[in-house]
Amino acid sequence: MEARAPVRGPNDVTPPAVTSLRRRAVNILMFSGTAVCAVATVSALFFILGYLLIQGGSSLSLSFFTNLPAPVGESGGGMANAMIGSAKLLVLAALIGVPLGFMAGLYVSEFASPISAFAVRYATDLLNGVPSIVIGIFAYTIVVLPMKHFSTLAGGIALGIMMVPVTVRGTEEFLRAVPGSLREASLALGAAQWMTIVRVVVPAASRGILTAIMLGLARVAGETAPLLFTALNNRYWSPGWNEPSASLPVMIFTYAIAPYEDWHRQAWAAALVLLGVVLTANVAARLLVRRGAVSTT
Amino acid sequence: MDSAFGMRGLIARLRKGDEIAHLIALLFALTLGIITVLIAMELYRNSALSRAKFGWAFLATSIWDPVTEVFGAAPFIYGTLVTSAVALAIAVPLGVGAAVFLAELAPRRISDALTLLIELLAAVPSVVYGLIGVAVVVPVMRQHIEPALQRVAGSLPLFSGPAYGVGYLTAGIVLAIMIVPFIVSVLREILLAVPRDQREAALALGATRWESTWGVVLPYARLGVYGAVFLALGRALGETMAVTMVIGNRPQIAASLLAPGYSMAAVIANEFTEATGNMNLSALIEIGLVLFLLTMIINAFARLLILVTTRKGSVVA
Repeated sequence: MEARAPVRGPNDVTPPAVTSLRRRAVNILMFSGTAVCAVATVSALFFILGYLLIQGGSSLSLSFFTNLPAPVGESGGGMANAMIGSAKLLVLAALIGVPLGFMAGLYVSEFASPISAFAVRYATDLLNGVPSIVIGIFAYTIVVLPMKHFSTLAGGIALGIMMVPVTVRGTEEFLRAVPGSLREASLALGAAQWMTIVRVVVPAASRGILTAIMLGLARVAGETAPLLFTALNNRYWSPGWNEPSASLPVMIFTYAIAPYEDWHRQAWAAALVLLGVVLTANVAARLLVRRGAVSTT
Repeated sequence: MDSAFGMRGLIARLRKGDEIAHLIALLFALTLGIITVLIAMELYRNSALSRAKFGWAFLATSIWDPVTEVFGAAPFIYGTLVTSAVALAIAVPLGVGAAVFLAELAPRRISDALTLLIELLAAVPSVVYGLIGVAVVVPVMRQHIEPALQRVAGSLPLFSGPAYGVGYLTAGIVLAIMIVPFIVSVLREILLAVPRDQREAALALGATRWESTWGVVLPYARLGVYGAVFLALGRALGETMAVTMVIGNRPQIAASLLAPGYSMAAVIANEFTEATGNMNLSALIEIGLVLFLLTMIINAFARLLILVTTRKGSVVA
């Protein structure tokens, strides 16, 4: 008897020798085709990475990280304000996305009946499917319109909403992976359920939950569309939370479609920095939980 | 020390804490649904001007004129649908092929490594795809692929007209690269969930491995395959930045795939901050409403299909 091995291609089962030559040829041909598909897909990643390294690497310099954008028409300058702007937006996004996503995930995993768990999961998936530009309109109507100006705050709220679904599903997945025996041991010792969750379940899943948060942040770090008419853009420092703010993704967009050669160069550099941060966070999150239990693509 | 009686009182109070904790968690979970409903309401409310003036004709009108304040969404809806169709036509065969390779053929270790790379591909921000699109795909399309298409099939209206580089076809190709990772990672999970005995039965009957995959595994998982495809479609419909950067941004309905066009998400991205009046803004928000409803329906359908196939909860993608 074979134990419950992970379902794999049935490599170990030899097809009968009666297969005709033609059928065997089709077999080889079609599976080679699928291999080509897989390689082609993966090579897109290497192409993007390589191209960005070549184009962006030559444009990276210290001033890119420390200077403000140069006045229009002058070359040089950097994107320091955009990097700080992105960081501030991510802080706001985390302030909204982490508590909301974590608590909702906690509800699904620890409290919900099967039907309400299904409902919350389904609602999460639907929210996840709302186009980012639509989230941008939403943040515009609830923040920018009443306040009458674009702001970091509006952008952060848009990103926070986008971050919620990834955090919910990640939190839920890792909480459910905590063995039931741990919970039962704590309950048997007389701890209340909320105490069990706070002192036993959440600590046991903490690395996984951290992973979910990192993946959520990595996802929204590259979002451009929800920022276009919430945080807008800014060629100078944005001192507080109530002013329009630059961000790396919006800078890349603005510079990429502008007619200046020097701006294109900087767009490549910014894209390299952004992609570096996003991919590093993704890889780190997956290393944090070796089992690769999350699928948050 | 407290008496046993006091201890019991404490325990009772903590049990009440459970109720409170449950309630708090429930409130947060409800917030998710409330946000989705609020999004729909805000889009509906803020598109009132445009809805009142144009009615259903908004969807079929192909004029977009901020000067005379006549707005119609037809060119944008058309552009969104055409680019998504092109993207699916390319991404579905590619994605299904790659997923079959990862689930059916590749040894576990290779499969896991490739899956990680494909998930990283899915994490690439869309503005980066747009940048690559503008700098690499558009020139290649203009100088090589579009002229070649015209030489081969230029007599078809689908491939007529000058080669601009930007247009429906280019946007569709960039979109295809962006949605393949979603199809692959969702479909791989679904194929791996197909019971092993299905394959063994087919092989025992003398099928080759390909015949078992094509004739048994894929049909067994077909609802999930449709789910993965619809999920990818939802992504493609709502994708903004990359499309905005390569579609050409011209509000027209053209039969040729080589012609520049416009999409719903792209027009919102480009014109929202430059809207010349309340009617213009309202019309843009109504486009957002149409886009929201369209993606909502597609996603609701896709998620159900995937849930039915995997039965253990959907995949966050």
